[in-house]
Amino acid sequence: MARLQFHPCGNYRESYGEELRIFETDYGRAALLAGLVLLFAVVPFISSAYFLYVINLAGIAVIGAVGLNILIGFTGQISLGHGAFIGVGAYGAAILATSLHLPLFLAVPLAGCVTAAVGMIFGIPSVRLKGLYLAIATLAGQFIIEYVLIQWEGLTKGTMGIVLPQATLFGLPISGDRGFFYLIFALAVFMTWTAKNLFRTRSGRAFMAIRDNDRAAEGMGIPVFPYKLLAFGISSFYAGVAGALWAYYTMSITPEPFNLDLSIEYIAMVIIGGLGSITGSVFGALFISGLNEILRSLFDLLTNLPLLQGMELNPAALRQFVFGLAIVLFILFEPKGLAEVWRVVRSNFRLWPFSY
Amino acid sequence: MEFFLQLLINGISIGFLYGLAALGFVMIFKSSSVLNFAHGELVAIGAFLFLTLVTSAKIPVLLAFPLTLAGTFALGFLIERVFLRPLIGESLIFVIMLTLGLASMFKGIMLFVWGGNLYMFPDFLPSWLSFRGAGIYVPPVYVLSTAVGLVFLVLFGFFFKYSSQGIYMRSVADNQPAALSLGVNVRRVFALSWAIAALVAAMSGIVLGIINGINVHDLTSIGMKVFPVVILGGLESIGGAILGGLIIGLLETFTGGYLSPSLRDVIPYAVLVVILLVRPYGLFGLVEIERV
Repeated sequence: MARLQFHPCGNYRESYGEELRIFETDYGRAALLAGLVLLFAVVPFISSAYFLYVINLAGIAVIGAVGLNILIGFTGQISLGHGAFIGVGAYGAAILATSLHLPLFLAVPLAGCVTAAVGMIFGIPSVRLKGLYLAIATLAGQFIIEYVLIQWEGLTKGTMGIVLPQATLFGLPISGDRGFFYLIFALAVFMTWTAKNLFRTRSGRAFMAIRDNDRAAEGMGIPVFPYKLLAFGISSFYAGVAGALWAYYTMSITPEPFNLDLSIEYIAMVIIGGLGSITGSVFGALFISGLNEILRSLFDLLTNLPLLQGMELNPAALRQFVFGLAIVLFILFEPKGLAEVWRVVRSNFRLWPFSY
Repeated sequence: MEFFLQLLINGISIGFLYGLAALGFVMIFKSSSVLNFAHGELVAIGAFLFLTLVTSAKIPVLLAFPLTLAGTFALGFLIERVFLRPLIGESLIFVIMLTLGLASMFKGIMLFVWGGNLYMFPDFLPSWLSFRGAGIYVPPVYVLSTAVGLVFLVLFGFFFKYSSQGIYMRSVADNQPAALSLGVNVRRVFALSWAIAALVAAMSGIVLGIINGINVHDLTSIGMKVFPVVILGGLESIGGAILGGLIIGLLETFTGGYLSPSLRDVIPYAVLVVILLVRPYGLFGLVEIERV
C-alpha cells in the first residue's frame, strides 16, 4: 500500500483499518527504517565503549518501560512493584542459567514467563481492588518480593548475589558491549513492535476499554478480571525480560537494585514519556537513562571544582533531588509527557507556516 | 513473661507512634483523597528541623518545639499551595507520582543538608517520666509517645466533631461538590489538612528521633509503614489509624521478638495484602468498594 503523500490537513479516514494504521504515510515508515539502519549499522561502530554501555542500559530500560506502560498507561492498573518484578526476571535468568545450565535463548524467555506468573499472582488483588487500593497492594508486593530475594538464601544466595556464566547464543559467545548491543536492541525493537501492535488486537482494545471505564467494559461483555490479569502478565513478562538481560549484561546480581526506587524510576519513565503511548515510553526510558548519566558526569564535574573541593557532596542527594524535580515538573507542566511534545513539534512542522 | 510484657509495652509505644504518623496521612486522605507518599519525608523534616533548632541554633527545647510545629505547619501549607492545587481533579496516578516526586526531592534536600549520618537529640526528657516495676522498665520516651498519641487522638476527635473547620473538612471528605455549593471553602480545607498533617508528622518524627536517633533513611521509611496501618484501620478513620498503628506495632515487636528479626519489617505488608483481599475498607473505613 504505497501512499507516498503528505499528511492530510484533516481527518479523512474512511474505515477502521485506516484509523488503526501505525504509519499515516510512507514517509513515517521510511524514516523509521532509516532510523533502525542507523541504530544497528552505525551507532555501535562510532560510539565509545562507555557510551555503548549507557545506551545498552537505556535499551533494557526501554523494554521495561514499554511493559509498564501496557499496564499503567493502557490498562489503567497502577503497579508500584515493577522494580521487584524486574528483580524476579533477573534472578529467574540467573538461577536458570547457573542451576539448570539453560542457554540464553531459553533462559531469557523463561525468566520472562516466571516473572509473568509472579506478576499475575500479585495482580490477583485487582479482582476486588482498583485505584489506590491496588497501588498499595502492589506496593506490598514490592516489599514482599524484596524480602524473598534477600532471605531465600537457598535459591537466591541472599545478599551474596549470583554470578552468571558467559552469555552465549547458539554457541556464539556474546561478549563485550557491542555483542550485547545487538542482543538488547534486537529484543527491544521486537518487543516495542509487538506492544505497538498489541493495541490493534482484540486484547489490546479490551485493555483500553477497561482503562477508560471498567464498568462500561464489563457491561459491553469484556471479561474484566481475566484481561486485567493478562495485562499484569504481559507487563511482567516485559519486566522479566528486561531483568534477565540486565542480569546477563552486568554478569552478577544482588537484591539491592530492585527496590522501590527502581519501581519509581520506571513509573517516572512512563509518566515522563506519556501515559498510553508506546513511542512515549521509549522516549521516557531514554530520557531517564540520559538524565542518570548526565547527573553522574555533572557530579564528577562538581566534585572536581576547586571552589567546592572542601564541601562534602553526596551523589545520592543530587540525583534524588533532580529526579524528583523532573517528575514534579513534568506532572505539573506537561502531564501528557514527551509523546505530546513530540506530537506538537511534528504538527508544527506539518502545519508550517500556519502553525498554531 | 517479663519478655512478653516488655515486648507488649514496646509494641504499644511503637504502635502509638505509627498511629500518630498515620494520623497525618489519614488527615490528608480524608479531606482531599490524596495518597501522600511523601509522608515519611515530612516526618523526617520535622525531626531534622527540631534537631537543628536545638543543637545548632541552641534554642531551648520548650521554645524549639512550638517553632518546629509552626515551621512544618507552614511547609504543609506551602506544599499544598504550590504542588497539589494544580492537580485537583487529575487522575490518581499523577497524584501518586507527584507525591513520590516530592518525596524524592525532599529526601535529596535532606541528604544534601544533613547527610546520611545518624544524629542524636540531646537528652532532655525528665527521668520521672519513666516507669519501673514488676520487672519491666519503660523508658521516658515510650511514656511520652503513648501520651502524645492519646492527646492527639482526643484533640482530633474534638476537632472533627465540634470545631467548624473540622466539620468543613468532614463535609469536603464526604461530598466535595455538595460542600462547595454550601459555601465551604474547599481550597482552604485542603491547605489546612496538609498543614495539620505536616505538623502531626513532625510530632511523630521528633518522638521517633528520640527513640531511634535521627537518620534520613530510617525516618523516611516510616512513610511506607503507614500504608499497612491506614489500610488496617480504614483510610478515613482517625481512631482506626491509632488502632491500626497499635496492631501493626504489636505485630512487629512480637514477630521480631519471637519469630525472627528479619521477618519484622515485612510482616506488616503480608498482613496488608490479606486485609486488602478480605476487607479492603479496613476496620473502620467507609464501605464503598465497588467490585468490577
